Amino acid sequence: MDADDRLIADLADDLDAAFERLVIAHQDRLYTIALRMLGDPGDAEEAAQDALVRAYRALASYDRARIAELRLRPWLSTIVLNRCRTVGARRATRGPKPVSIDGDANRPITEPEAPEAATPTAVAERHAERDRWAVRLAALPTAYRTAIVLRHVDGLTYPEAAEALGRPEGTVKAQVHRGIALLRTMLEAETRPEPEEMTA
Amino acid sequence: MTTQLEITDTEATALADLAARAPSTLRSSVLVEVGLLDRYGRIDESPLGPLVVAWNGVGVVSVDLAGDQEAFEARHLVATGRQAIAAEVPTRLANAIARRLDGDRRVRIPLDLRGHTGFEQDVWRKALEIPRGEVRPYGWIAAEIGRPKAVRAVGSAVGHNPVPLIVPCHRVVRSDGMIGQYSLGGPENKRTILTAEGVDVPGLERLAAAGVRYVGSDTTKIYCLPTCRHARRVTDRHRLEFHSAAEGIARGYRACLVCRPASAAA
Repeated sequence: MDADDRLIADLADDLDAAFERLVIAHQDRLYTIALRMLGDPGDAEEAAQDALVRAYRALASYDRARIAELRLRPWLSTIVLNRCRTVGARRATRGPKPVSIDGDANRPITEPEAPEAATPTAVAERHAERDRWAVRLAALPTAYRTAIVLRHVDGLTYPEAAEALGRPEGTVKAQVHRGIALLRTMLEAETRPEPEEMTA
Repeated sequence: MTTQLEITDTEATALADLAARAPSTLRSSVLVEVGLLDRYGRIDESPLGPLVVAWNGVGVVSVDLAGDQEAFEARHLVATGRQAIAAEVPTRLANAIARRLDGDRRVRIPLDLRGHTGFEQDVWRKALEIPRGEVRPYGWIAAEIGRPKAVRAVGSAVGHNPVPLIVPCHRVVRSDGMIGQYSLGGPENKRTILTAEGVDVPGLERLAAAGVRYVGSDTTKIYCLPTCRHARRVTDRHRLEFHSAAEGIARGYRACLVCRPASAAA
């Protein structure tokens, strides 16, 4: 029994007593998905909050058997992606915000692996590298970006990602692979030296 | 295309590194929204001075006189089983409460009355119908909610109203017409609010002391509770006082359809 299985059992027993644990266990991943889908930390917080509130209300309306069958990671991912579409659509009608890069509230979960080597320059370089990846990811077509965010940023398995997206596993794999290929193309374009100006 | 399809370790690490930490406010916002955690804050203007209001996404949970914060949090935890964290009262809620205190009954204030019995909620819902400037006896509420014998239980429910002023339990008085007790700081506060709402409290107590329960008009042949807006319109020349509903009925008077004094007589 893993942590989510125990959580599911406790949610089925007493939703109100167990729900805070669900929030603690899943808020970072839901916020991450929203942030990588929407780009803006404020929008991401709104989408993650809406998703968790909707999850609570759904759980409150489910009977024990239905809760016991839930797989929290894909189920919550589906909800937050839906909220991202709503928040994103509203943002689109209000006019786009520039894609904002990670602020202070948005530190990586994994700390640098070699703290002794983490000089200020190294930290700054690491943040700059993250920002570049965030921008590349944001430039991907939505279907590819969604698949990559679920599989490689959030770390869902392919079956979980397929369940979250309601698509066949093969489709999700293809979307991830095409997305990765596009990211590589972007990287190559960034590293290619500027062509010399032609003079006649 | 001959691209290698498998993701490289570098790419995987770079993508996994895009995981972010949720803002520290997210957890409490979610818990408040679903009603598992409460916020509380101060409202400075009321007839009784500063108030403290607790709320969550379901609605307003409690209203109390402002005082020691720690004591409030402890009482709140005992009463609701939930923690309350200090916050600013949202402008919309503050405005709605201010309008309600000003007598605007159209403003909608959602209430979170989970954990209270259906009977208590019936009593409080009925109290919401008592207009500003008027009062009704406990027995009136009991009869109106279909529990005419539960007068004492009504008194107890009124005393346990968690949202005084919003649910105007100060407009519920003893069946003998005396002002009676008040949960929000005692009977003096009840007099203060009723007076602020336009009730002639000394006049009401004089009638109660004289055993007068109803007021009739000899032009309409209708009898009312003394604070009913129709009773207050009757000029002294046409005004009769009754000690019981039976007395009015015996003299050919009908019960007012607005204040329904028959409920008070039940």
